[in-house]
Amino acid sequence: MAMTMTQKILAAHAGRDAVEAGELIEARLDLVLGNDVTTPPAIKVFEAAGLKTVFDPERIALVPDHFTPNKDIQSAEHCARMRRFARDKQISHYYEQGEEGMGVEHVVLPENGLVAPGDAIIGADSHTCTYGALGAFATGVGSTDLAYAMATGKTWFRVPEAIRIDLLGQLRPGVTGKDVILHLIGKIGVDGALYQSLEFTGSGVATLSMAERLTICNMAIEAGAKNGLFPVDDKTRDYLAHYAPERVAMNDFTVCTADDDARYARTIAIDLATIRQTVAFPHLPENTREIGSFDPIPVDQVVIGSCTNGRLEDLRLAAHWLKGRKVAKGLRLIILPGSQRVWREALKEGLFEIFTDAGAVISAPPCGPCLGGHMGILAAGERCVSTTNRNFVGRMGHPKSEVYLAGVPVACASAVLGRVAGIDELDA
Amino acid sequence: MSIQGHVFKYGANVDTDVIIPARYLNTSEPAELARHCMEDLDATFVDRVQPGDILVAGANFGCGSSREHAPIAIKASGISCVIAPSFARIFFRNAINMGLPILECAEAAEAIQDGDQVSVDFDTGRIVNLTRNQTYTARPFPPFIRRIIEADGLMGTLRQMQDKGE
Repeated sequence: MAMTMTQKILAAHAGRDAVEAGELIEARLDLVLGNDVTTPPAIKVFEAAGLKTVFDPERIALVPDHFTPNKDIQSAEHCARMRRFARDKQISHYYEQGEEGMGVEHVVLPENGLVAPGDAIIGADSHTCTYGALGAFATGVGSTDLAYAMATGKTWFRVPEAIRIDLLGQLRPGVTGKDVILHLIGKIGVDGALYQSLEFTGSGVATLSMAERLTICNMAIEAGAKNGLFPVDDKTRDYLAHYAPERVAMNDFTVCTADDDARYARTIAIDLATIRQTVAFPHLPENTREIGSFDPIPVDQVVIGSCTNGRLEDLRLAAHWLKGRKVAKGLRLIILPGSQRVWREALKEGLFEIFTDAGAVISAPPCGPCLGGHMGILAAGERCVSTTNRNFVGRMGHPKSEVYLAGVPVACASAVLGRVAGIDELDA
Repeated sequence: MSIQGHVFKYGANVDTDVIIPARYLNTSEPAELARHCMEDLDATFVDRVQPGDILVAGANFGCGSSREHAPIAIKASGISCVIAPSFARIFFRNAINMGLPILECAEAAEAIQDGDQVSVDFDTGRIVNLTRNQTYTARPFPPFIRRIIEADGLMGTLRQMQDKGE
């Protein structure tokens, strides 16, 4: 029975030779994730059910990142509850503010070596699908599912069918992985992959960096997908050797490949060379337009960071485009390195000096403004170009504010020019 | 099990950020969340909603974040059922786990209008529009899902099982 890559990973975790789309299965989990928004309700459920122990304290990651450093008393109470639970259950992968390994959950889990090919992972956060970049099955769930999984190490899934995305050719200079996923969402819509996997394949895959693949899989949920998934290649192996040396040394990962005759709901071919710098206009990620195809839109704030674009490669790219330039008068540029590790590397490489000279404010590494939490909330009528993942009504603040989603180069050009702009306009 | 109520109708892609904005996610108390339900989409919703009322919306209802606070807020606001052509998958799962009945029915979602009086029978999937004298059929829940909804969510089911020593 021919299977997609996702189906193979799920079959292996269900103890089965094969599974088919539509089946309900119970699967063993390699890693279970929660954050400071979703874990406290899960703890409530866990305790109300009279549960005392977790299935494996080494296979649970609890990451305070949404409202940290604590933005108010209620958030502080939430974080305190999660911290107590983590201590009480001796959770290995709990990362306190400032500690090595801390940061935005979907930036730190791969960096901390907790994700490897063939893993099955759930997280009580919709962007858990990020880890598909490493050839793992990963998907978001709610707090009750988190509680059950923390107790049992298992959950149920409906086996998804897949859409195959054939990537061909190579991106043009200045176009990034963010443009690829925005382009795809623009093409298929915010429910274009509902209940399905997005499986990327084709000769173009090898041209995309791991950071770009993480960005692409991160936003699979924005097309309604259950998960996004990339095949494992030399770049994946290099990434693993750097970030997960222990798992590589123990050969503790499984490379799954889709069968040649696997069935897909549909196949979409994308020539990477045809993709332009892309912006998703308010208030849906599918409202995409190419740079150059719209009238000037003044901008009040630019945010660079988040689980979508807060990795070292993103900050290097930002430094490349901001070096020797100044942020437009009256505009706020907020840069949030995605993790303590990214922060340290960026500092060492001198990127912060470039950002500071440009007139940016460099923030601690939480989710912060992406979800309208804190550290960059928008007022009524304000517009923000953001490298984050959602531009729903009220997402980053006042319901009458607007969010334009873009990649790092567009964010930098917009910050310098004070309007939604592409890099070609920088020195024009 | 059946319910009857007045309909609040909204468009497609109602996302979790408008169902319950993140600025209120520093609590998970149902009553507190209910006070802000749908706030950024329809600020009058919380003042008008009555226990038993029904939400009808376009495709991809509940898209966006994994916050369980979304179905909790809807349920605590008094809404007894959500009808839409399709639901975002995490919301779908969370709604069932919270004991909030949701029905996929494109025909009903299109025909039912704001303010209609509608009844829903969860055992048969029959949706009756009393205002327009129309009937639509959704696929009913299988017994184990009905059991979760009647037990007020997945944890209620677990408690029932523990009580019965199952």
